[in-house]
Amino acid sequence: MSALLLKLVADLVAGRIRVVDLTQTLSPDFPQIVLPPELGQAWPFRIEEASRYDARGPGWYWNNFSCSEHTGTHFDAPIHWISGRHLPDNSTDTIPATRFIAPACVLDCSREAAADADFLLTVDFLRKWERRHGRIPAASWILMRTDWSKRTDPVAYQNIDETGQHTPGPDTDAVRFLVEQRQVLGFGSEAIGTDAGQGFHLKPPYPCHYYMHGSGRFGLQCLTNLDLLPPVGAVVIAAPLKIKEGSGSPLRVLALVPSPAAAPARRSAKKSAKRRARTKRR
Amino acid sequence: MTRPLMRPPRKNPVLRTRVPTLPPAARSRVTLGLTAGAARGRFELQVCRDCGTVQYPPREACHVCLSRRLDWREQNGAAELLSETTLWHSNELFYRERVPWRLGVAKLDCGPVAVVHLHGDCAPAPSRVRVRAVLDRAGQATLIAIPDKDTPNMADDRQLREMTCDPKFRKVLITDAKTALGQALVEAIVAAGAELVWAGYAESWKKTPGFDRLTSNPQVSLLPLDLTDSRAVKDTAGEIGGRVDILINTADHHRNFGIAARDGVETARAEMDANYFGLLRLAQEFAPAMRARGADGQSSAVAWVNLLSIFSLSNFPPHGTYSASKAAALSLSQCLRAELAPAGVRVINVFPGPIDDEWNQALPPPKIAPARLASDIVDALRGGAEDVFPGDIAQDWLARWRDNPKALERELAAMPR
Repeated sequence: MSALLLKLVADLVAGRIRVVDLTQTLSPDFPQIVLPPELGQAWPFRIEEASRYDARGPGWYWNNFSCSEHTGTHFDAPIHWISGRHLPDNSTDTIPATRFIAPACVLDCSREAAADADFLLTVDFLRKWERRHGRIPAASWILMRTDWSKRTDPVAYQNIDETGQHTPGPDTDAVRFLVEQRQVLGFGSEAIGTDAGQGFHLKPPYPCHYYMHGSGRFGLQCLTNLDLLPPVGAVVIAAPLKIKEGSGSPLRVLALVPSPAAAPARRSAKKSAKRRARTKRR
Repeated sequence: MTRPLMRPPRKNPVLRTRVPTLPPAARSRVTLGLTAGAARGRFELQVCRDCGTVQYPPREACHVCLSRRLDWREQNGAAELLSETTLWHSNELFYRERVPWRLGVAKLDCGPVAVVHLHGDCAPAPSRVRVRAVLDRAGQATLIAIPDKDTPNMADDRQLREMTCDPKFRKVLITDAKTALGQALVEAIVAAGAELVWAGYAESWKKTPGFDRLTSNPQVSLLPLDLTDSRAVKDTAGEIGGRVDILINTADHHRNFGIAARDGVETARAEMDANYFGLLRLAQEFAPAMRARGADGQSSAVAWVNLLSIFSLSNFPPHGTYSASKAAALSLSQCLRAELAPAGVRVINVFPGPIDDEWNQALPPPKIAPARLASDIVDALRGGAEDVFPGDIAQDWLARWRDNPKALERELAAMPR
């Protein structure tokens, strides 16, 4: 083993590098994307007991689960969108594994998203961010922090009214800037899509899906704990399941963060689960 | 005049809950013809095609001319009460626990004389009465005489209530109250005097017009419930299952596709998941407690209602996968009926024609209005039937199906889509 890797492991064990879990718990209570009901639908996460130390299997407990490739915290492969359908290595089984580990730039849009659920990230916002934190490196993840994951009530998280969903996302020019000027690896968000809830009305519809996937880039959705990441310096490990011709996959997204930057009040998974359970029975 | 039913006192928790008992359930195959009519809310007797005799009890042959050409035909039940008595003792556990029990002998205007259960408001013999064939707690047809003209609080009669599933003072779960039917049903059940209505809803983030209005009624509790989520169904049954007297499963996932019009199985599977597996999940989690509470005082567990479809009987190709899911639910409901029968809990299947909702938008009228369907479901609970075909279309298709199922299959296949 190289000295570099040994040092990495030693730093992890010693807490000099901390692991932040950016993943929502896969649970039947977590809402799934909403499409008009006459269209094909993404399955929500569902789980059925196979046995639990009972007549169905006396010594063991296990479940069968079902869900969409796009349920819970999930990865979008380029083949997900029509603009990326003819690209080489565009599905979960063919994307080179080296691309599953990459640095992350975290854009704090939490104030803007709190003020306006339909907030659109602009080129202007990106340039201001670069003035403070430096140029966005090529092949890095752009993670849009909105604190949307703190909306543990599914109604507030979905935020749907008669005109559709209202969640923040990037505008068309910002996406093109990231793809064409900065060659990013992909775009990640805390809401249910990488595009804004009203992204259907942008030009083209769903620009983040259209341009990112059209140029072989990826998406991450339903992320959480982005508030625990530094603007730069974190490394994200996001490896989708190796589904044959998969358009995406639920996955565990981890961030490696140099210790001083890892916030002390890291939320435990247990605590988040408790909060969700509290809001379930409304 | 029947004394109006009073709200039952709270259950004494130190006493053992009475175990359900049933009236005698054995019937000959030919006598099950009476049950077949009563199951659809009809009083049908054998009529001899050769000599015209109407006979009761049912037999293999006409008791006058020995012809075997007997047809089951609906009778209006008009009768003269000849005599009456009150039962004070019975070795049948069911009646032993319920005496005194009023019985009479009635001569039907169509000919036969029959021993009948006697509603408390029937005037002393001789008097005019109406004889009805209803299902008893064993699920078998029995005859009851009710007064010639309706009387106040008639439905509250103690003996009649043993043969109905009246929602009055009962606690009712409506599994999907978000739809127009679900909302109408919540209101109809409350109006029928239910003690408490749990109004189930899934996917809280999808609003449906009018749903929030339900909360203004103090009898109504909103209940998160998604029948596609096994854990949620189990948790919900754990919370309220021991209190549900009437469960009305209104889950109805409906899309408009045959086989050729839709690639893949995603839509069909979603229909099956809600309409078939949803019923299975509910039955596994809620039926055990209901089975245990079949004789739990005045407001015992009494009925389980399934919203099926007339398409359960014969496939409507433009809604082909939906029809298949409802046929699967019909089959499963028969299993549930058999498993709830020992507790005297009635499984009522409702087979409406197309409901006037968004998924039947493209079908021409007549379509049954959700409010009408809701009131028909309440009537079914107050009645003595277990298979209900509300509305003209359902009645028409039922008649065609009974007459010639193959002909109906061809007719449904030829319908414009």
